[in-house]
Amino acid sequence: MRIDCVVNGEPRRADDVWAGESLLHVLRERLGLPGAKNACEQGECGSCTVYLDGKPVCACLVPAGQARGREVVTVEGLGDGDLHPVQRAFIAAGAVQCGFCTPGLIVAVHDLLARTPSPAEEEIREALAGNLCRCTGYEKILTAVRLAAGREHES
Amino acid sequence: MVLPRSEMEFLQPESWAEALAVRAAYPEALPVAGGTDVMVELNFARRRPPALLDLGRVAGLADWGTEDGLLRLGAGVPYRRIVTELAGRAPGLAMAARTIGSAQIRNRGTVGGNLGSASPAGDALPPLLAAGALVELASVRGVRRVPVAGFCTGPKRSMLAPDELIAAVLLPPDAGPEQFAKVGTRNAMVIAVCSFALALRPVSRTVGTGIGSAAPTPVRAAAAEELLVAELPWADRAALPEPLVRRFGELVAAAASPIDDVRGTAAYRRHALGVLAGRAVRRAWAEHRRGGVRG
Ligand SMILES: Cc1cc2nc3c(=O)[nH]c(=O)nc-3n(C[C@H](O)[C@H](O)[C@H](O)COP(=O)(O)OP(=O)(O)OC[C@H]3O[C@@H](n4cnc5c(N)ncnc54)[C@H](O)[C@@H]3O)c2cc1C
Ligand code: FES
Ligand code: FES
Repeated sequence: MRIDCVVNGEPRRADDVWAGESLLHVLRERLGLPGAKNACEQGECGSCTVYLDGKPVCACLVPAGQARGREVVTVEGLGDGDLHPVQRAFIAAGAVQCGFCTPGLIVAVHDLLARTPSPAEEEIREALAGNLCRCTGYEKILTAVRLAAGREHES
Repeated sequence: MVLPRSEMEFLQPESWAEALAVRAAYPEALPVAGGTDVMVELNFARRRPPALLDLGRVAGLADWGTEDGLLRLGAGVPYRRIVTELAGRAPGLAMAARTIGSAQIRNRGTVGGNLGSASPAGDALPPLLAAGALVELASVRGVRRVPVAGFCTGPKRSMLAPDELIAAVLLPPDAGPEQFAKVGTRNAMVIAVCSFALALRPVSRTVGTGIGSAAPTPVRAAAAEELLVAELPWADRAALPEPLVRRFGELVAAAASPIDDVRGTAAYRRHALGVLAGRAVRRAWAEHRRGGVRG
């Protein structure tokens, strides 16, 4: 089937999409956007987090057909030609090791800070509970969130 | 068993009438709402339906409102909106919704999907049981409303007919203090080892309960409900007698029929249910004493 949707602000089309295919597969394998990662394919790790109509979702659990006519934003679409401040905060805080979890976390943190510019610790933890990282031990990631929220002095 | 990709259609009705017509004409098509259960099965090639019936664009399915004096929650309302919009009207369900998966899962997962999957561990089900909710099932033949208590007929089995869709759940409007608690290894992303929901209705002096993950289906603890109805100090809102809390916990534990599995033993589940039940009634009663009757 054919999928037309808006990805990172541009109209995109994918043809011959299998009905059971995930949005993640379409983004990575058909639209050349490998930012969102495929790690568990069962919603457990958050590496595939993208915005669908403004809400962060696991792209691995969205049937591609549901994205028809919808708006998708991936990690590639966050910065305005340059890295987004959340991305810069991850680099500055050393919150990236192998980097596999990073794109999903960046989208989740981007959403958190858009809704709650100065999140409390518990709010950060609740918002990121669906994003697993097997390298960093999370402390540097929390530091990056505080940094991006303008609270670097607290970390 | 890993199944290869297969011919599969993607059916995308935009109205409820159209969705019911497609469902009737094509009962083998698998409905998909948030996809958080369905897509796991497809990604791991455990299931190859001949078609997916996407409910995501059906107008009205993700709305809620009042109808016949009841709170009507469309089957397609995602958990996130239950947490943010219905914490006052359906507090137990909202508490349960907040424990489901992660933010990403709550942005997509629905109560209709939780009922459709009919897992004994479905976290939306105990609070619906406790609240005495009805499930509205619809088909081209008509509409029926069934108590959520009878909806699940076994693990992953329900009374949904092959031509029916879940339209909504209906909750009584007279919410009183409600509680939900679940036991798991983390606060997020866990299938409940066991869970418990309680609804106190001070106006009618009734009590509802729901137990999850400790029987083939979510179950009520009828004897425990009767105990509270008879012995809560409704009239003077006095402090809860500790022996009553203890007895309540015992009756809740006795109402479960848990099994040993990878997540926990039957004995642990019974014990934990007693603890959760005691906690729930303490919290709900404290709220009743503090706040009086909520409308
Ligand atoms: C990572 C992860 C964590 C999870 N954590 C939890 C948790 O903590 N607690 C919990 O209870 N669940 C959890 N789940 C399971 C799942 O999110 C829930 O069961 C959710 O409610 C399913 O809703 P959905 O809309 O995504 O359903 P879908 O996957 O779209 O559908 C599920 C089933 O219901 C049927 N269906 C859906 N809507 C209808 C309808 N309107 N009429 C008829 N049939 C319908 C479908 O055909 C399918 O059989 C988790 C899942 C994942 C992937
Ligand atoms: S790949 Fe989607 S959540 Fe892990
Ligand atoms: S940096 Fe390796 S998984 Fe997070």
